[in-house]
Amino acid sequence: MAASAEALPTPRARRSAAPGLAIGLSTLYLSLIVLLPLAALAWHAHGWDAITSPQAVSALKLTVVASLVVALINAVAGTAIAWTLVRDRFFGQSFVNALVDLPFALPTIVAGLTLLALYGPKSPAGIDVAFTRWAILLALLFVTLPFVVRTVQPVLLELDTEMEDAAASLGASRFATFRRVILPNILPAILSGVALAFARAIGEFGAVVLISGNLPFKTEVVSVYVFGRIESGDSGGAAAASVVILALSFGVLLAIGGVRRWTTRHDR
Amino acid sequence: MIEARGIVKRFGDFTALDGVSVDVPAGSLTALLGPSGSGKSTLLRVIAGLEQADEGVVCLEGQDVTNVPPQERGVGFVFQHYAAFKHMTVWENVAFGLKIRRRPRAEVKQRVSELLELVQLVRLGDRYPAQLSGGQRQRMGLARALAVDPKVLLLDEPFGALDARVRKELRAWLRRLHDETHTTTVIVTHDQEEAMDVADRVVVMNGGRIEQMAPPRELYDHPANEFVMSFVGPVNRLGDAFIRPHDVELLLEPNGTTQEAMVQRLVHLGFEVRIDLVRDDGEVLSAQLTREQVEALELQQGQIVYVRPTRQTVFT
Amino acid sequence: MIGKYVVRFAALGYLAVLLAAPVGYVFWRTFRHGFWPAWHAVTTPDAVHALKVTLILVAIAVPANTIFGVLAALAIVRHRFPGSGIFNAVVDLPLALSPVVVGLALLLLYGRGGWLGGHHVVFALPGMVLATMFVSLPFVVREVVPVLREIGTEQEQAAATLGASAVQTFRRVTWPAIRWATAYGVVLTTARALGEFGAVSVVSGRLQGQTESLTLYVQDRYQAFDEVGAYASAVVLALIAVTTLILMTALKPKEETR
Repeated sequence: MAASAEALPTPRARRSAAPGLAIGLSTLYLSLIVLLPLAALAWHAHGWDAITSPQAVSALKLTVVASLVVALINAVAGTAIAWTLVRDRFFGQSFVNALVDLPFALPTIVAGLTLLALYGPKSPAGIDVAFTRWAILLALLFVTLPFVVRTVQPVLLELDTEMEDAAASLGASRFATFRRVILPNILPAILSGVALAFARAIGEFGAVVLISGNLPFKTEVVSVYVFGRIESGDSGGAAAASVVILALSFGVLLAIGGVRRWTTRHDR
Repeated sequence: MIEARGIVKRFGDFTALDGVSVDVPAGSLTALLGPSGSGKSTLLRVIAGLEQADEGVVCLEGQDVTNVPPQERGVGFVFQHYAAFKHMTVWENVAFGLKIRRRPRAEVKQRVSELLELVQLVRLGDRYPAQLSGGQRQRMGLARALAVDPKVLLLDEPFGALDARVRKELRAWLRRLHDETHTTTVIVTHDQEEAMDVADRVVVMNGGRIEQMAPPRELYDHPANEFVMSFVGPVNRLGDAFIRPHDVELLLEPNGTTQEAMVQRLVHLGFEVRIDLVRDDGEVLSAQLTREQVEALELQQGQIVYVRPTRQTVFT
Repeated sequence: MIGKYVVRFAALGYLAVLLAAPVGYVFWRTFRHGFWPAWHAVTTPDAVHALKVTLILVAIAVPANTIFGVLAALAIVRHRFPGSGIFNAVVDLPLALSPVVVGLALLLLYGRGGWLGGHHVVFALPGMVLATMFVSLPFVVREVVPVLREIGTEQEQAAATLGASAVQTFRRVTWPAIRWATAYGVVLTTARALGEFGAVSVVSGRLQGQTESLTLYVQDRYQAFDEVGAYASAVVLALIAVTTLILMTALKPKEETR
């Protein structure tokens, strides 16, 4: 072994500059653009009465509840939409498929404005939910629409339809087949989508800010509350509240990650 | 028993079944044999209710089930790629049909245990399908289908995804199972050896039509046409005549009825030997002899021999 | 059987009520009195300036994040380094953060009294650029990483054995394999940069004609009761969004149709 090895130079010696450069440059950029500001945020977080004040607690409760409700509605609606896009065939299907991505492409302020126009004070349909909690739900549903759809769609595409044939041959009705065979297999994807939708909804600002009216204790969400703290010069308190939202988002993402791993245990 | 009459099934421009009628006697094991695209799987799925025929009637045990959904036909179906419920354990897979029918816990437990023992998967009840071998998954598929006491058992190329040895084992096992339970069984296969080995009757299909329906022996000895003859076994074609390799006689001396030929290649396939020959008129043929016969003739590559068919078939 | 139609109409109805109707309505309102009123609303000096600001934000953030994206993807997939897991997680952070929080972080870093404060970064264009770069950071990375993983290293190794340097290998072997994924990532990055509102809201001085992006301009017009102006600029942004959607659909990775 030893005799032949010494004659050959290690090829790596020639190419060592490139990986180092890629890692170094990208880490530097990432630190400057993302990490440094976040570190400043964590550092300046103080004034914990900013998060324990009644107004803050109210905003938090409202935001969390609204985000949960929206996440759950998305679980159902998103799955239904994904189902229609994968299993059904109708005219204009690819248009609908593209439409699902609209909330990703449209600026949030524009989304809020369109909802306000159609479902606000000057609504041609007579539906006015502006300045109510329904407005918040509506705005959050708009911006979170694609999440569950896009996580469930690829899983449905890959799903083995033979399992459904097998269930039918064994006597299961369409509903039983959905409940016992299809749902368990798309559940991890639904959960991922729900977690993403929740995390997005908690922090939403642009879509909500016009249509909700931002009435403290009534329709003020956490991001608007933080904005208010900043405008009042209480950046420390704003930072504290931000840290709470962050912790909440990450908590949910981690929890869902754990549940996902448990529900896919049969794949290992 | 199964009766299918005038089944027509089209997929767009493609006609998978072109007015097919077939009877499967109760308690028999029938094979649907044919190449890809012959319509055999489609016919099976129509019988199961997994496909709707465009025309025709399907009857199971005398009842017209043409418009009955698969859930209510009482058929057991076994899939080529197992269709295992990958999110359920082996136990839960086998218990599925019983749970759907809301059978009492104790009954489910007993039945599943019985079946797992029957298919020899007793110690694997808590495993997931992903943790099983192909052969084990298919045995599970069989147990699952049998759990609900189907009137009819339908198998769609059940051993196609398995390797040769496992295939042979399961084939023999299926036959033994059938001999014990006498459930009316239909098996789809493209493997003629499998069909001939396992079935009481073979239905040869081609291009959406039935070519011949007969017990294996008759299929082999009295094929209805060229297609059937070529499909169920190797065959030499010389002009209009079809000759089985084992019907080619090799002699060391001409005797007036023979033709001269040269041994191109000797292929030793275990007990049998295939001899590839070229006749002096350029025609190529294969003969099949036992090892003893080859040794007795002291055959070698390049040797000149004299051949004649002891039996040949011509289709008019 | 009817189940299929119920699901279809429920799903389509939901999409119509939530997405299509509001957006369609705003388009209708904007052009109800013809094209020119809308055009005039959108070509006022302030509107044009807002558009320019938005385009500057995009022109800086997108190329920067694209280069970063490709480098970072290469670093993560090809050169496993200690901490690449954390690196990956940090890249995904901007997706989980509220934009207001992002703006606040930048304010605390570059504002008066901040660590890097007092250099006219916040309440000015540089701050808005940084905010836009922050929020649109992940997209190119996330699109390129799976493609790099999937194509594997064999082709690059083959190139190396044939004498290609790192740059040559990248140019001739790696880049052709990732360019469509990168293009898709660029489209997503651009859409996010164009649409940014919350972070730039916190970080800009909201000085009309100076530090207003088009998204901020929309809000400003609405709050000034200038509905025509608000809707018209919203339509401009929506049209850009539709273009983005078309590009997204065209460039979408084919995993969804495999």
